[in-house]
Amino acid sequence: MNQFKIWQIGLIYSVLIVGIIFAMPNFYPTKPALQVGFGASSSVLNTNIFQSVTSELEGKSIEFEKIELNDNSLKIIFDDVENQLAGRRALAEYSDGDFIIALNSEPSTPEWLRSLGGKPVNLGLDLAGGIHFLLEVDTKRYSQERLSSEGASLVEEFLSRNINASYSSTGSEIKLSFINSNNLEQAREYLNQNNFITSGSKYAISQSGNNINLQYTNEYLAEIIDYAVEQNLVALRNRVNELGVSEPIVQRQGRSRIVVELPGVQDSTSAKKIIGKTANLEFRLEARPNDSFLRKESFPFKNQPGRTVFLEKVIVLTGDNVTNAQSSFDENGRPQVNINLDIDGGRAMQNATKDNSAKVLGKGRNLGVLLIEEKTKTYFDENDNVIQEKVPVRQIISNAEIQNTLGTSFRITGLGSSQEASELALLLRAGALAAPMTFVEEQTIGPSLGQENIEKGINSVIIGFILVFIFMLIRYKLFGLSANIALMSNLILVTAIMSTVGATLTLPGIAGIVLTVGMAVDANVLIFARISEELKANVDPQNAIRNGFSKAFSTIMDANITTLLVALILYAIGTGPIKGFAVTLSIGIVTSIFTAILVTRSLVNFIYGYRRIEELKI
Amino acid sequence: MNIPFVRYNNLGFITSSTLIVIACISLLFKGLNLGQEFTGGIALQLKYDQKAELPKIRSSLSKIENVDFKVNNFGSDNEVKITFQSDTELNITVDTVKNQLEADNYLGKVVMTATVFPQIGEELRDKGGIAILVAMLVILVYIIFRFQIKFGYGAIAALFHDVLIILGIFSVFGLDFDLSVLAAILAIVGYSLNDSIVVSDRIRENFLDQNKKGSPEVLINDSLNQVFARTIITSFTTLLVLISLLVVGGEDLRNFSLALAIGVIIGSYSSIFIVVKVLLATNLSKKDMEKPKNEPEESYSLD
Repeated sequence: MNQFKIWQIGLIYSVLIVGIIFAMPNFYPTKPALQVGFGASSSVLNTNIFQSVTSELEGKSIEFEKIELNDNSLKIIFDDVENQLAGRRALAEYSDGDFIIALNSEPSTPEWLRSLGGKPVNLGLDLAGGIHFLLEVDTKRYSQERLSSEGASLVEEFLSRNINASYSSTGSEIKLSFINSNNLEQAREYLNQNNFITSGSKYAISQSGNNINLQYTNEYLAEIIDYAVEQNLVALRNRVNELGVSEPIVQRQGRSRIVVELPGVQDSTSAKKIIGKTANLEFRLEARPNDSFLRKESFPFKNQPGRTVFLEKVIVLTGDNVTNAQSSFDENGRPQVNINLDIDGGRAMQNATKDNSAKVLGKGRNLGVLLIEEKTKTYFDENDNVIQEKVPVRQIISNAEIQNTLGTSFRITGLGSSQEASELALLLRAGALAAPMTFVEEQTIGPSLGQENIEKGINSVIIGFILVFIFMLIRYKLFGLSANIALMSNLILVTAIMSTVGATLTLPGIAGIVLTVGMAVDANVLIFARISEELKANVDPQNAIRNGFSKAFSTIMDANITTLLVALILYAIGTGPIKGFAVTLSIGIVTSIFTAILVTRSLVNFIYGYRRIEELKI
Repeated sequence: MNIPFVRYNNLGFITSSTLIVIACISLLFKGLNLGQEFTGGIALQLKYDQKAELPKIRSSLSKIENVDFKVNNFGSDNEVKITFQSDTELNITVDTVKNQLEADNYLGKVVMTATVFPQIGEELRDKGGIAILVAMLVILVYIIFRFQIKFGYGAIAALFHDVLIILGIFSVFGLDFDLSVLAAILAIVGYSLNDSIVVSDRIRENFLDQNKKGSPEVLINDSLNQVFARTIITSFTTLLVLISLLVVGGEDLRNFSLALAIGVIIGSYSSIFIVVKVLLATNLSKKDMEKPKNEPEESYSLD
């Protein structure tokens, strides 16, 4: 007799039931929602805002279902789109344009399902509509700029040690030239002492005549490029957050590229402007007490409410010149921030500080650092068109005494804690991009196209499935019915896994699912063909079924494993559409092995396994 | 059912060789009509309320100098796809086109725009080629490990055959070869393999069976007949879903489903003719099976 044990049946069907539960969130309709953010400059997010937003909406009798307070944003869910839009207008007015409000749709997954971790599948841009950018970090220019700025500071360092040196940089190399071998030896000693050229450090060194050539070692180059790309990623995330997009994606792709995906956004020009905006730091000397008001301006401190200071109107340099800023500790273990400038910045800094340092004046003047944040105020007119206004907000993040003449690298000391130091370093870096970037790919997909793609995709799955269903039923009767139920379970499991692991469904992804429908049947066809062969060889029906399943098994495994290998290679090497296809194909293959063999078997057992069969046809 | 496949083997071989020669010639001299993802370039998709007047769009765009625009219907009469390569300084962008059409009062609804810069395209082309080669290599290793090297040759020959012929068809008919077609070809690598493995599996089984006597030709022919029904049925069901994709999946998936459909047919054909040809040519014999690398696991038994 062909029977599964109770626990085997239990196991198979509990997998299916779990699958059904986790596929369910995809079948609940979505509800209109608003996501309200409060911008980088505001830290007022607390229960007060929660209450005032609630009463504002209630006061204007705008109906909403509920308000949720997340990490740093509010989510308001409405019953209909009218209330959603009215709510958006009301909150923009209420906040005087300060709130960052994004239209959103919230799945109406019931609470119990959500608490189990159930959520609907993420839709790719081709299905949801939106903008896709691919940016390339110009790593070559970045490393060149860095090298030449380091060349400049090395020469400065040598001159201060009375070593006569000059430098020139050629692409991937700095050439340090000395007037005689004596100077050269001293320079080498210095480089040795500072661990610049010991093994495993940043430079590879070569010598020719009175020149020393320094090159970044490959490891060091990889390290700084990695750092620069990560830094750009942080800066981009901050900028993208300003756009007020719900669930944007800012992700690294490969060694030096960054993908930005903005679902729901259509205006690529303004999105590009915000993503591509330039640095926003200014270094200015603190004004002398007797400077006229024509020459100075008063600015507030960012972290000390109420405190203000007068800075000169002359800008020494901007964030464009900052190449790096990092917190560390000085010789005495006190926190400090090390800042690196490019050559122009270093020169400007030298000019500005040489007559104003403590070394010259006894008591040095202060150098202030201003952070300029472009705040976007967003309003909506009667027709719900977006009206945006940009207001720059300047705040002081550091105002420290100049101890000595400063060049391309200097440090800010006297910071209260290491936390303060790392925050300052972050701010110094945050605005600026560590390395220059260019757009290499850009795509906008209208919302109607996304909707159309979803419909087309779902229709082709349904029609393909029905065609296969009918064919299998006609060709294999009851066996075909079992295969069809298995096929349906396969679709459910693929949906459940895609939703649970947070994979993104794209149009090629849907094609991958359609293809697995076609291929999943293959396993069943193989099994049924074997059973029919066994029957022809006069094996009795029960044994024929048993042999059919076991003889087809290794073929099915071999065939599926090789296809899975191909799908994994596609996933590893492919980008964009290919990846989407590979994801669903791989998941589909794995689940189809389970459903086509075990689910079908359990159904066949259920139909035939518990009785004597005189005659079996297939 | 007993079809003398082996006897027709030479016919199959001649057909395949001819097709491959045509494919190679076309690929060499005509090349592929590479999509924008590979060449770099700009594309816009517009939708109009009524039937789009292509001449009107073309004459409007002809005012933009130095650029050669391709204007075609996309999916339906109402939809238009405009593709072009920007000038060398990349001054002509999506916005240039939009503004020109707007100035001439014939800008439909912009449903999609895409800009791909040349360097990305080049990289994708290289990566696509690498992906196919890596896939083949991994498969070869797997088959050698699971079966026997002669089966590996057979499967790889079948893969080359399938991929070349699909590429050839795309080249001869000048069909758009875009990223999704590349994905389809890679999927075909998987699918064709599926067929080759099913056939190889059965041949091995019959060669290993001590009760079965006969020359290799007879054993191979028996094996082909045994799996023939399965090959036809599976190809048929896969074609059913591909037809549904082709018909309702929309313009974006058209070339993808077409490539897959061609691949399924050719993959099934090659599993019968090419794999077998290679096995016969390498003189596969019972001796080759004496030390199977790995017995199929018969541990599966849940009853």
